Amino acid sequence: MDYLAQQLINGLTLGSIYGLIAIGYTMVYGIIGMINFAHGDVFMVGSFVSLICILLFGITGSTDIVIGIGILMIVAVIAMAISGVYGWTIERLAYRPLRGSFRLAPLITAIGVSIFLQNFVQETQGARVKPLQALFAGGFTLHEGTEFTVRITYMQILIVLLTIALMAGFSLLISRTSLGRAQRACEQDLKMTQLLGIDVDRTISMTFVIGAMLAAVAGLMYLLYYGVIDFFIGFSAGVKAFTAAVLGGIGSLPGAMIGGVLIGLIEVLFAAYFSSEYKDVAAFSMLIIVLIFMPQGLLGRPEIEKV
Amino acid sequence: MTRPLLEIRGVETFYGHNQALHGVDLDVREGEIVTMIGANGAGKSTLMMTICGVNKATRGSIHFDGTPIHLIPPHEIIRLGISLSPEGRRIFPRMTVFENLQLGTAAIGPAHFDEDVQKIFALFPILERRQSQRAGTLSGGEQQMLAIGRALMGRPRLLLLDEPSLGLAPLIARQIFDTLKELNKNRGLTVFLVEQNANHALKLAAKGHVLVNGRITLSGTGEELLTHPDVKAAYLGGGAR
Repeated sequence: MDYLAQQLINGLTLGSIYGLIAIGYTMVYGIIGMINFAHGDVFMVGSFVSLICILLFGITGSTDIVIGIGILMIVAVIAMAISGVYGWTIERLAYRPLRGSFRLAPLITAIGVSIFLQNFVQETQGARVKPLQALFAGGFTLHEGTEFTVRITYMQILIVLLTIALMAGFSLLISRTSLGRAQRACEQDLKMTQLLGIDVDRTISMTFVIGAMLAAVAGLMYLLYYGVIDFFIGFSAGVKAFTAAVLGGIGSLPGAMIGGVLIGLIEVLFAAYFSSEYKDVAAFSMLIIVLIFMPQGLLGRPEIEKV
Repeated sequence: MTRPLLEIRGVETFYGHNQALHGVDLDVREGEIVTMIGANGAGKSTLMMTICGVNKATRGSIHFDGTPIHLIPPHEIIRLGISLSPEGRRIFPRMTVFENLQLGTAAIGPAHFDEDVQKIFALFPILERRQSQRAGTLSGGEQQMLAIGRALMGRPRLLLLDEPSLGLAPLIARQIFDTLKELNKNRGLTVFLVEQNANHALKLAAKGHVLVNGRITLSGTGEELLTHPDVKAAYLGGGAR
């Protein structure tokens, strides 16, 4: 029981990270109907920017926790800003010129951008894994069992709380602001949105920027949680977050959040009870199962192919 | 004579590989209601979409208040003061009625929203009662009112209406046409209306045109067209008598 409780805590933490990335996939799909396969690599870039900032600011394991968290928030903002620029540029250069082209075209450039970003980071930052010493070690002991002790670390609390805050802010943006309204309008009827005087190109750009920003924070969290990153982390995290988006129902924002948590739990539970070497298999099998048996996902709408 | 608010000259538009408009000339003057009638596939909606810049004219020019709008993207055309209530209504079904009306102000900003939304509710009281309902749950007539309301929220200098009576019960259609007449009379709203429902539309309009296969074949005052034998035969169901 204690062991399970611990796995749930771990899964929730990991799921938060996947959920933040999944929002970027689902939002872009909702508006322009493409899967941005470079999104995982924007997450990776965010992670590297975070690492560089943390080293520049000199936060270490012995930094006072309050000051440390304050600086981490600054790191998050910088990572968001830089990744946002990446997101904007990718859309502008690789996708916008192909809008109105056949459906596979932007998918192919997305894969191209993904390969480019991986190689770019590999060339500039090196291919070896980058370790980061654990920040704010420690946590609360929730339950002391005879065989197993359930703990939640400060880092896990930070990740989950930050995710909740970001998702709340993001939900408000989508439901209350004129940008959010324009985004939902684009999702329902792109042409009509244009006919209301809304610059849909700008709205689409902003969608990429926001998605990239959330992925950047996920990149920071991944770095803090695992303490080690390399240029290739965007691939598996990207596919898992994509699975989360599909599981939740692609196009659905609450679906992406729920799907993220579920994929996090599935991966952690699989690792805990079956095999930690094959934990990626769990998430990837999930993608296949969902696509075969429940392609519309948990909260998705049945696909109506528009002519 | 002053320049017309909307001035269309020699417009040709292709729809895919088919030419849908073969040199259309048309004027809409400030404060007028102008109607274009035509059968299905005559090019009415293509003309609307060409004015709005969604379909680009391959030849000819369109000026709005002196600005050549055939060269600029749709959202910029709309921001000059044109609103469209499109064919098929195209309200946003998964947003509330209120949000649909909010989107109507996208081109001009929210400054007059509270004042204008009250005017829309006065015009179409049913929308006020349904304001927090999803627009997709409205009946056809209510959706049409919403589409017109949304278009009016943009404070247009020119309102484009594409088949507002399509699929509506005659009574509701009548109500919508009455509202348009009122808006024109009381607020000087300029309207360009395309319709299959020739009877209502021509009664409303100062000027009418008949579009056949992408060409204007007849023009005149609303009265003239209503009594014109060709129009009667083809559009008013009077041919047999």
